[in-house]
Amino acid sequence: MTRKDEILEAIRAHIAEKLPELDGVIGLRRTQEGTAPYLFRQGDDLSELALEPRYPLAPIVSLLQRHYPEARFGIVARGCDIRALVEMAKRNQVNPDRLYILGVACTAEEAEECHCSEPAPAQMNQFSGKAFGEPVPGASPHPLVAEYEKIPREERWAFWQKQFAKCIKCYGCRNICPECFCEACALEDPLWVEPGVLAPPFPMFHLIRALHMATRCVLCRQCELTCPAHIPLTVLYELMRQDVKELLGYEPGADLEAAPPLSLTLAEV
Amino acid sequence: MEYKNVLTVCPYCGAGCGLYIQVLDGKIVGVLPAKEHPVSRGKLCIKGWNATAFVNHPDRLKKPLIREGDRFREASWDEALGLVADKLLQIRDTYGPQAIGFLCSAKCTNEENYLLQKLARSLFKTNNIDHCARL
Repeated sequence: MTRKDEILEAIRAHIAEKLPELDGVIGLRRTQEGTAPYLFRQGDDLSELALEPRYPLAPIVSLLQRHYPEARFGIVARGCDIRALVEMAKRNQVNPDRLYILGVACTAEEAEECHCSEPAPAQMNQFSGKAFGEPVPGASPHPLVAEYEKIPREERWAFWQKQFAKCIKCYGCRNICPECFCEACALEDPLWVEPGVLAPPFPMFHLIRALHMATRCVLCRQCELTCPAHIPLTVLYELMRQDVKELLGYEPGADLEAAPPLSLTLAEV
Repeated sequence: MEYKNVLTVCPYCGAGCGLYIQVLDGKIVGVLPAKEHPVSRGKLCIKGWNATAFVNHPDRLKKPLIREGDRFREASWDEALGLVADKLLQIRDTYGPQAIGFLCSAKCTNEENYLLQKLARSLFKTNNIDHCARL
């Protein structure tokens, strides 16, 4: 049995132990037809629980909690899922008090593949739950981030223009993003994004999204993985994150108590 | 309480991207790309992302409609198909097979499309058969 299998077995055993007191555990289920998110309930075959490929699981917590506000769910979550939950909780999309987290540390190879600076379920101490696997140090950022910084300022506009010209406007980046949950989306408003135009006129579509992501993106990379046009979206969001950290001292996904700097409460207005 | 994902093939074009339909308590609540699908590998176009939009749409037709003047009247399948068969034969007998064309659909299976071209070619004796993607 490999180390990965041992961790998976430990998680299965813990779910079996916890299921009697939870309404269900959100995780990935591998069946003959493939692997997809699933709500494991008491009596389900836990040998079907899998840890990859990564799907955004935080939005499923939000969906289930909306339908069952009194329920208590568990979630098998990686570092990025937990960071997503942190940002969603601040914006009333999930209720952290009714969650039990089974936090999974990503392996060094997985961290490398995702260019992930935080592959450990570091934020899980802000929730109730249990951690599995040995945390590994973060990998270096997307190599394109360093390359981009070498591009002279006046050529950067052209760089993004070229990238966004590939866009087929599938809205996949928005659809898969755990932090995109607005009921009315600016990207569907003809005032900002003219319907029926391909690629979407530069720069509105992508820069609206980038700005909206500035204090929300937890670098889960789901947008980039789902982009059929291979646009390096996380490079843009990583750079935005760096600016937000430097200028506003805010790091999305890090702290459940830290108020997002671009959101106002009624009291502040 | 039940949440699951059901694997299916996008109904909109011949590429056949794999997608999951998210189902909560028997109702469709969303779409997810199938990351392990050998064709689409976790990517979808805008049609795939909205593949389920028509299922519960209020404008969806659930019964056949027969046009009478500038109005549509609800009809049974037997009546509607009977009318289609009668009219097709009438057109063929009056104007010949070249007056008829058939349009099949990427939303159907290969087998269903095969059957439609069979109907066109061997029953109506016309090669006027094409598919919806060229409409």
